[in-house]
Amino acid sequence: MTMMHNDDVLGQAGRWRDEGRKVALATVVSTWGSSPRPVGSQLAVDETGNMVGSVSGGCIEGAVVLEAQQAMESGATKLLEFGVTDEMAWEVGLACGGTVRVFVERLD
Amino acid sequence: MKRALFDSLQAARAAKRPVAVVTELENGQQVLLDGDTRAGDLALNETELALANKALADDRSGPLEETNLFVQVFNPPLRLIVVGAVHIAQLLVPIAALAGYEVVVVDPRQAWATDARFPEVRLLTEWPDDALRALNPDRRTAIAVLTHDPKLDDPALGVALASPAFYIGALGSKRTHAKRLARLREAGIDEPALARIHAPIGLAVGAKSPAEIAISILAQVTQELHGAPPLVKAEAHK
Repeated sequence: MTMMHNDDVLGQAGRWRDEGRKVALATVVSTWGSSPRPVGSQLAVDETGNMVGSVSGGCIEGAVVLEAQQAMESGATKLLEFGVTDEMAWEVGLACGGTVRVFVERLD
Repeated sequence: MKRALFDSLQAARAAKRPVAVVTELENGQQVLLDGDTRAGDLALNETELALANKALADDRSGPLEETNLFVQVFNPPLRLIVVGAVHIAQLLVPIAALAGYEVVVVDPRQAWATDARFPEVRLLTEWPDDALRALNPDRRTAIAVLTHDPKLDDPALGVALASPAFYIGALGSKRTHAKRLARLREAGIDEPALARIHAPIGLAVGAKSPAEIAISILAQVTQELHGAPPLVKAEAHK
């Protein structure tokens, strides 16, 4: 099937990079309790805020995009944790009661 | 992720090789495991390498216990082989593709298996048993047999049941299926193998139209893939 697959996050990230855009990847590396997206789920972000894929049902994407934009500038990787005990996560509304860890890196 | 590692990863995925990327979550170092080839700046010890290769074999991304390592598994897409270029197949193909399956349609009847009816999908017009044997179904393959014609369905099921495919379904009513089981028994297929056939095909969601039947088939394939318990209708809110 040549139809573009919705989940081809890395393919899109690569195309953005090849166009000369700054790109960062976020990957769910572990989850506890209920969490909407399984381990291995990925989100790619470009410098203008375009997104493909997801790391949650939408509740932490905003915060992850901000971190991703910092990572694409600095080149430093980051391990983020979101959960109900985390103030920031509460603000961004991970109300499903789970905890997720997300690894953020620049695509060089 | 370093450019060279990313490009190697994408090349391996395009070639449909099962590969994994291991990341050290504190310092961001990474290594790509591609068969016996390793590429990247992260060095793994024997134990870590064995655990990462096991994660790849199990098709399970996740952290490696007692380490700061994360294994991301990139297996080739799951496959769905549809036997029978019928109306339901025309609906099942795009639904399965959306769910990430690489779909192949098999039907030797060239009036049915046309590019006009099945745009953008691989069509095979060999006899179903030959085609299935060549496709070599593995445990990441689902097979839906939909021709409704014993001449085509039975040989397809014979090959399917000898394979480790994770899902095998066959279209037809309970009566049709009872007759089919009798024929397959006659052909020497044993009871444990016959019990693998999902028939009538699809979850019982009351599907009527071809699109609804296609949804019920993909729902059942999904259920088998994840080993989910049989579906019970949610109780109405009181």
